[in-house]
Amino acid sequence: MPKLKIDGVELEVETGTTLLQACELAGKEVPRFCYHERLSVAGNCRMCLVEVKGGPPKPQASCAMSVNDLRPGPNGELPEVFTNTPMVKKAREGVMEFLLINHPLDCPICDQGGECDLQDQAMAYGIDASRFHENKRAVEDKNLGPLVKTSMNRCIQCTRCVRFTTEVAGIEEMGATGRGEDMEITTYLNKAISSELQGNIIDLCPVGALTSKPYEFKARAWELRKTETIDVMDAVGSNIRVDARGREVMRILPRINEDVNEEWISDKTRFVWDGLKTQRLDQPYVRDMGKLRPATWDEALNRAASKLKAAAPERVGILLGDLVATEEAFALKTMAVKLGINNIDCRQDGSPLGEVGGRAGYLFNSGIAAIEEADAIMLIGCNPRLEAPVLNARIKKRANKGGCLIGVVGEKADLTYTYAYLGAGPESLESFVNHPPAKAQKPMFIIGQGALARPDGAAILAMAYRAAVSIGVIKDGWNGFNILHTAAGRVGALDVCALPGEGGKTTSEMLSGDLDVAILAGADEIDMAKLGKAFVIYIGSHGDAGAARADVILPGAAYTEKSATYVNTEGRPQMTSRAAFPPGDAREDWAIIVNLAKRAGTDLGFASLGALRAAMYQAAPQLAELNQLHKADAAALAAIGDAKGKPTKIAFTSPIKNFYLTNPIARASRVMAECSALKNGQQMQAAE
Amino acid sequence: MLADKDRIFTNLYGLHDWGLEGAKQRGCWVDTKSFIDKGRDWIVNEIKASGLRGRGGAGFPTGLKWSFMPKVVAERPHYLVVNADESEPGTCKDREIMRHDPHLLVEGCLLAGMGMACNVGYIYVRGEYVREREHLQAAIDQAYEGRLIGKNNVNGWDFDLYVTHGAGAYICGEETAMLESLEGKKGQPRMKPPFPANVGLYGAPTTVNNVESIAVAGTILRRGATWFNSMGRPNNVGTKLFCISGHVNTPCNVEEELGVTFRELIDKHCGGIRGGWDNLLAVIPGGSSVRMVPAAQIIDTPMDFDSLSKLRSGLGTAAVIVMDKNTDLIKAIARLAKFYMHESCGQCTPCREGTGWMWRVMTRMVEGRAEKREIDMLLDVSKQIEGHTICALGDAAAWPIQGLITHFRPVIEARIDQYTYRSTKDGAVRHAAE
Repeated sequence: MPKLKIDGVELEVETGTTLLQACELAGKEVPRFCYHERLSVAGNCRMCLVEVKGGPPKPQASCAMSVNDLRPGPNGELPEVFTNTPMVKKAREGVMEFLLINHPLDCPICDQGGECDLQDQAMAYGIDASRFHENKRAVEDKNLGPLVKTSMNRCIQCTRCVRFTTEVAGIEEMGATGRGEDMEITTYLNKAISSELQGNIIDLCPVGALTSKPYEFKARAWELRKTETIDVMDAVGSNIRVDARGREVMRILPRINEDVNEEWISDKTRFVWDGLKTQRLDQPYVRDMGKLRPATWDEALNRAASKLKAAAPERVGILLGDLVATEEAFALKTMAVKLGINNIDCRQDGSPLGEVGGRAGYLFNSGIAAIEEADAIMLIGCNPRLEAPVLNARIKKRANKGGCLIGVVGEKADLTYTYAYLGAGPESLESFVNHPPAKAQKPMFIIGQGALARPDGAAILAMAYRAAVSIGVIKDGWNGFNILHTAAGRVGALDVCALPGEGGKTTSEMLSGDLDVAILAGADEIDMAKLGKAFVIYIGSHGDAGAARADVILPGAAYTEKSATYVNTEGRPQMTSRAAFPPGDAREDWAIIVNLAKRAGTDLGFASLGALRAAMYQAAPQLAELNQLHKADAAALAAIGDAKGKPTKIAFTSPIKNFYLTNPIARASRVMAECSALKNGQQMQAAE
Repeated sequence: MLADKDRIFTNLYGLHDWGLEGAKQRGCWVDTKSFIDKGRDWIVNEIKASGLRGRGGAGFPTGLKWSFMPKVVAERPHYLVVNADESEPGTCKDREIMRHDPHLLVEGCLLAGMGMACNVGYIYVRGEYVREREHLQAAIDQAYEGRLIGKNNVNGWDFDLYVTHGAGAYICGEETAMLESLEGKKGQPRMKPPFPANVGLYGAPTTVNNVESIAVAGTILRRGATWFNSMGRPNNVGTKLFCISGHVNTPCNVEEELGVTFRELIDKHCGGIRGGWDNLLAVIPGGSSVRMVPAAQIIDTPMDFDSLSKLRSGLGTAAVIVMDKNTDLIKAIARLAKFYMHESCGQCTPCREGTGWMWRVMTRMVEGRAEKREIDMLLDVSKQIEGHTICALGDAAAWPIQGLITHFRPVIEARIDQYTYRSTKDGAVRHAAE
């Protein structure tokens, strides 16, 4: 491991470390604009210049120079790097001056103000007066679509956005055109960006050139209350920070979690916040004479409870939606058990997961971060670009590194990386059942809901299991049998066993029009017509399909308004925090369930969230250890292979037809509607 | 003065046949096989011993550069890239080689290729050089036809040579930008290290050489390192093509010994300075990107790398731009400033922002519409660019202006005084103030 001295402090670093990283390790701050840990090195802003002793008599860009390139002194002295000499200071001041001469002085009206790298570093390296007496450059603003606003006069051409879209998002749509002063960052052909991860370029932009369009001129960074929480737009469980002002959520930003989302989030995660303000259920409703009318909590709960009490338990069904938190699922399950209701199902899409195989049967067993170790990946019936864009970026990262075979059985979609197309449906998967072991050391299956959420799902899962065993996806020390969920609440609900009890009905059986009372806990993605004449109790936050069908509406809280546990697709429990209060009379869902159960004549045994969690942790101890990955026992998987039935020949299709409108919150969002319309337009254009 | 027998480019003026037959008569392609038979190390050592310094501008020893290539060809092939993107204002030597002596270049490519274990070579020709490209391609076709290069050729070293061309961007003459352009990307310089000898074209070990450096290789091997060594001055040996332009009576391209004095070069080949030696004002001795040298300092200076760098200028590509007392130096340098602004690739900050700034200040200074303190500011700005950029274009943009300010500050000041005087006299300033 090379040794060097930074500002006189001796340091040993790993081979291949850049000078900039070494300086950071030594606790020396190095200013930078173009350098970013997760992107390739461009070395073009020239802000990170340092002095290298014994090198050429000019400062070196520390981001681009490796410690291996340093030469020892003539008598074998350690190579020396300085970050605080007059030469370094002068060089950085020079670069800063160049950056500022064509940068507009519009900080007071710039959305980046207060969290701007250029502003911050100008405090350290800027001079108080300008020596530039010419006209400033004017650059035309670009239209990048409904999410990213541009103000190109402010651009300092660091190319972070270009590198991000190319390397991480995997779309080659952005670049720099023109030369010299006339160089402009733009999308080729001035089209809107088509990536599901484009919002990240707003965070990456070190200046105010790329800002959030929906958040435009809405708030100042320093007046927002920042709450660290978890995203529920997909089953990845991205770590986010929700910025709120008063009761209003103003924006959503990513937090760094190397094991989950690194530091990216999808556009749905980032821009869904306007959906939290519209279509909200802010008071209870009851249906009289075929029409919903506002009611008091007492009235609504009593009416729901009386119907519940009156119905025979086997004619009551409970369906859990995609955004239901683990606590709520546990409360519902407890209520179902106490009321003798066996018809409870958390899989509103109708997949067979959780019935056999234990936890390993429904988890992304290897863990998301392990994608980077995999040397062969087969995607079965899933389109991760739509189902989990951040996870797809991880696969893209693996693909960029090289040496990883990627195959797809299912839809032939643009996944942003090249893959071998192996077939469309079950019969293509079948060819791997008696396949000789793969040469790959760590092969991985990623099985999407497109392959499972169908009548022959159990048979396909069994087939996938048999293929996995023969190829070597499941072996000692490596379990690459991964289920990719699309619903944030699904794994948590499966962990607390929100599944049909003895003789209970599954979703599809419940939807045969045979229920007297149906409780929909945020379940909006089912065919409401199939509920028949059932009395529908809807618990949820948004006025979507479920609320329209409901006979009693009990308004709940959205994910930013409650403290709740969500378990992501790999089985990692994470807890959200309350960033704002639910609107109007809406309550936290667990409390609604406890109250409903009480009025229906049963005490669930917990009257507080703490008590509920204590009970839940007893039932599923792994939930207590937040943020930890609890690997499931692979041995239990064997039971999956015994499933009876034969798969049909119908091709796999992705469960996500429209990425931007997958849940009630997103469907209430104007921004998501705009994105969806744009996407449809693009697809129509492409089809013509 | 260089004797005719010691000339390498014997058809520099195109008086003879440029094709294969003519070239063979002039000695090209003679004994080529025997050099290849002597092996890789011999070729590199011979070039090293000859003391040949790169003819593209920086003057880096060519043999040493060749020796940086890995000794064994690993999983990636080695590439030879010949830089024929001759875009430096004032420089037109490679053009003549490609027009009139292309076989020297083709033969040189084969020998250099063998010396570095390259089986493929690319010649990157400047976009504007259309006829030159045609000649070069014709010469390569002749060589293929005569089985001098290509697979299983008579010389015993498989070597394919491709001509490709740019679109007229100056920056693509920078070696790493050239590699980017060859790969089909936007011509923007790469960061060094890693140097091309380790990670070059398509990530493979690559050497980029100037046309002239490669074209002389065959003759050096034929006539021996000592012959080449015997000409010129220590550390600055051999012959060099000079491109003399500007205010001389007969501007020309000429092959001369390195170290010939400026006076001899001009008197013997260019018919003297326009209006006599007393009329000489300043000289830019190495293409637009070196600092100018005032008349008094340059007249008896030997034209070679080391002597000129002692004057804080450089031999560069040996494109000698002569300016007599009729020249508006400020305007001349302002024009160069505009050139560098236009040709900056825009990748890194100091050059992108600084070249435009310098040009704008320079345009004002041409009129005198500036303040005297801005001269120091301009010098400071040029120093903020110099040495802070990824490639040498930043330096190249800064040096002409630094040369002007160092040697001719009184001229700029006088221009400013004149403007101020006129504007005061005509009442412009008073008028504006009212």
